[in-house]
Amino acid sequence: MSSKNYTSTTNACKLCTPLGASLAFRGVEGAIPFLHGSQGCATYMRRYIISHYREPVDIASSALGEKHAIYGGAANLKKGILNVMKKYEPELVGVATTCLTETIGDNVPMYLKEFHDEFGDLELPEIVEVSTPSYNGTHTDGWHGAVRSLVEQLCTEKAEYDGSVNILPNMVSCEDVRHLRDICDRFGLKSTILPDISDTLDGPALEDYVKIPSGGTPIESIKKMSGAAATIEFGRCLPGATGGTSLQKAFNVPNHRIGLPIGLRETDNFFDKLEAISGIDTPVSYERERGRLIDAYVDGHKYVFGKRAVVYGEEDLVTGLCSFLAEIGVDVILAGTGAKNRGLGKAIKDVTKGVARNEPEIHEGVDFHDIAERAGELQPDLLIGHSKGYKYAKAWNIPLIRIGFPVHDRFGGQRILHLGYKGALSLFDQIVNAVLEKKQADSQIGYGYM
Amino acid sequence: MTDTILDERKDQIHRTGEGALDMACNRESLAGAVSQRACVFCGSRVVLYPIADALHLVHGPIGCAVYTWDIRGALSSGPELHRSSFSTDLQEMDVIFGGEKKLEAALDELIDRHSPKAAFVYSTCIVGIIGDDLEAVCRKMTEKKGIPVLPVQSEGFKGSKREGYLAACKAMFKLVGTEDTSDISPLSVNILGDFNLAGEIWIIREYFRKMGVEVVANITGDGRVKDIGRSHGAALNLVQCSGATLDLAKMIEEEYGKPYMRVSYLGIEDMADSLYQVADFFKDVDPDIVKRTEELVRDELSKLMPELAVMRKDLEGKKVAMYVGGSFKAFSLLKAFRHLGMKVVMVGSQTGTPEDYAELERISDPGTILVDDANPLELSAFIKEKDVDIFVGGVKERPIAFKLGVGFCDHNHERKEALEGFVGMLNFAREIHSSAMSPVWQFAPRRAKRRKEKS
Repeated sequence: MSSKNYTSTTNACKLCTPLGASLAFRGVEGAIPFLHGSQGCATYMRRYIISHYREPVDIASSALGEKHAIYGGAANLKKGILNVMKKYEPELVGVATTCLTETIGDNVPMYLKEFHDEFGDLELPEIVEVSTPSYNGTHTDGWHGAVRSLVEQLCTEKAEYDGSVNILPNMVSCEDVRHLRDICDRFGLKSTILPDISDTLDGPALEDYVKIPSGGTPIESIKKMSGAAATIEFGRCLPGATGGTSLQKAFNVPNHRIGLPIGLRETDNFFDKLEAISGIDTPVSYERERGRLIDAYVDGHKYVFGKRAVVYGEEDLVTGLCSFLAEIGVDVILAGTGAKNRGLGKAIKDVTKGVARNEPEIHEGVDFHDIAERAGELQPDLLIGHSKGYKYAKAWNIPLIRIGFPVHDRFGGQRILHLGYKGALSLFDQIVNAVLEKKQADSQIGYGYM
Repeated sequence: MTDTILDERKDQIHRTGEGALDMACNRESLAGAVSQRACVFCGSRVVLYPIADALHLVHGPIGCAVYTWDIRGALSSGPELHRSSFSTDLQEMDVIFGGEKKLEAALDELIDRHSPKAAFVYSTCIVGIIGDDLEAVCRKMTEKKGIPVLPVQSEGFKGSKREGYLAACKAMFKLVGTEDTSDISPLSVNILGDFNLAGEIWIIREYFRKMGVEVVANITGDGRVKDIGRSHGAALNLVQCSGATLDLAKMIEEEYGKPYMRVSYLGIEDMADSLYQVADFFKDVDPDIVKRTEELVRDELSKLMPELAVMRKDLEGKKVAMYVGGSFKAFSLLKAFRHLGMKVVMVGSQTGTPEDYAELERISDPGTILVDDANPLELSAFIKEKDVDIFVGGVKERPIAFKLGVGFCDHNHERKEALEGFVGMLNFAREIHSSAMSPVWQFAPRRAKRRKEKS
């Protein structure tokens, strides 16, 4: 089902591609994102990202002016990289293009080759580039594009087999990445998680302002991803070519594309893969976590059964949430995303088969005007997605469960756990409590027990 | 420290009392310097954004619109059209074949849906490159829809925020003179350069009401298209903010012969001075206005000063750094901090002019660092060097302060606290006090180490 075909966009349910690329580059050790375009792009995106993560986010820019827009941005790109080298001493510069430089036809790979020729006598950082015209796709495309570029441009040789696992986690939270690392550790699996934003976008208080925060996927580890036993990439709505498929094609690293491990069954799926790759059984502690999750599902089922939810955001997050919500008996009546043509409908059908009592309306390429227009008629009980749905939740007087990115009207967005049994448990608690709170608030009596 | 500042930026930093001031400013940001500045589009958007009954359509790819969606604290007493984000969301095919048709269709449907009093159409980088004729589309839609549809030539790469201010003023000036002014009082002003953050313009309007001065148009906080249309009927334009709407005041002066005055509603002296200046301007028309103004100021101060005195005891001697958009605000803040017994040791601005920096040098203590178009590494180096207790800036500067264990006050256009007027001074003092006096700083590693060294 698609919405009315409006030309204009009102309150978009997506962000632009260079933002996704900047976020992904932030998850590499010693890296600084660099936007090739006018100064405003970098500043706006920094501001936007800071409001969610509450961390310093330094994104460099080639700061193009009018004359560069006419004569090309090569000189500023090179000068900008040199200045960033001087000030930040990065190990990697992640260059993402913008609509401006894509349209004036700047050939970034060629400029970077020239840069290496001209300044080869200096100790140069790694430079990875990705094409991110903002008139094409959404921030998730920028993210996946940057991950793929990192793999393809850094991992160019077959490394010695080391039995490790590569995990391409998709756009998940800092807490999610920490959880994934713990899981692999407890399986005794050496893991390369790319990107790893767990420290770089959620760092500790320090004595000094660090130029580039510590943490992130080490460049050496990225170079050795070709020697892994397997890659697991999360996402049922990924582009055809990704970092995972590149590794498979170039180095025969088996690529397992599975959904984001949100909820019981998608997490089971993930643990099955880890068991197969590591050759060991799921550690007891996770069996217990799984048991606690099912126990909670049972304890709370009556509060949430039959509640009607509207879910929106990035396709893979929406898919994972639909899978989870189906498990707990919540009817997703509308699933919306600003992206399109990645098979959201099929993905949701696949993950909810045999569990969900209904199929949600799927709305791709929509904005909040479209979602609201339809959802208003559908009368949902719950709105589930990032902060941008607040206005509508307020208008309809229903709870907004804040999930994903951006969460900038609440505290701690970077520490929301979505993944694994533990993530499902915390989402479940949150949803049950939102329902209880609403019931309590609406009640004349104000029950003290529920 | 020397490695923090790039050679090409050295002439944009000055320490007062150390040699003659010869500050380079108003230049393009340096590539790779991680400037805190935004772009021309940003300049236009921030100025026009609070006009609440106009449609604000961003013609470009999605980012420009979405990053400015309801970002500011600009309140409206009525319509709230400004709080939604409208875009043409240009796609690849539009870039190849041109976006004019899409723009036209978008305006058609949005104007029908929302019945705005006017529409502003913002140009973005890419529109400047593909060469869509914004003027022509807007002219056509003005005729078709019967409301002013105004192009804002705000291509991001065409300079800094300042050029965006000018583009915004040019667009607004097309509205000026379109409405009847016959019923406007001779004691009347327009409020320019105030964006009604957290309702600040309502505080200021109340002062003018007590003084007997009519406010014709709020430009642009809680702004209305019709009011701007009759703003040429006001006797005087009051311009706040470092020049965001100064160009409009100059255009009105040139075309309609109405003078303007620069004011500030921040801090005690500047707030009082601004009201006195207005009273002075009208005293020939209404001699009693001076007395009414004095009473107003006395009333407000008698409530404010005792409360400030309590907080001053805690704050005395603490050090402040500030990095603001326009430097006019910095003048007022500097004086406001003196009332709290605090010492400003660094002042920076994104868009200061040579005159602004000269004034800052004049009113600052010796040894104060002045900086133009700074970046995170410079700002953090200055904070450490001066060992400041409070940093004043915007959202992008907040984590820099916090990482260094320094209190922070958000004083840019996104703030949700009213900091203007006498009551605003009290809010401001409370915010500074509550941040500076929080116990959390003793745990922040840098400050914890300092305490240990001292003990």
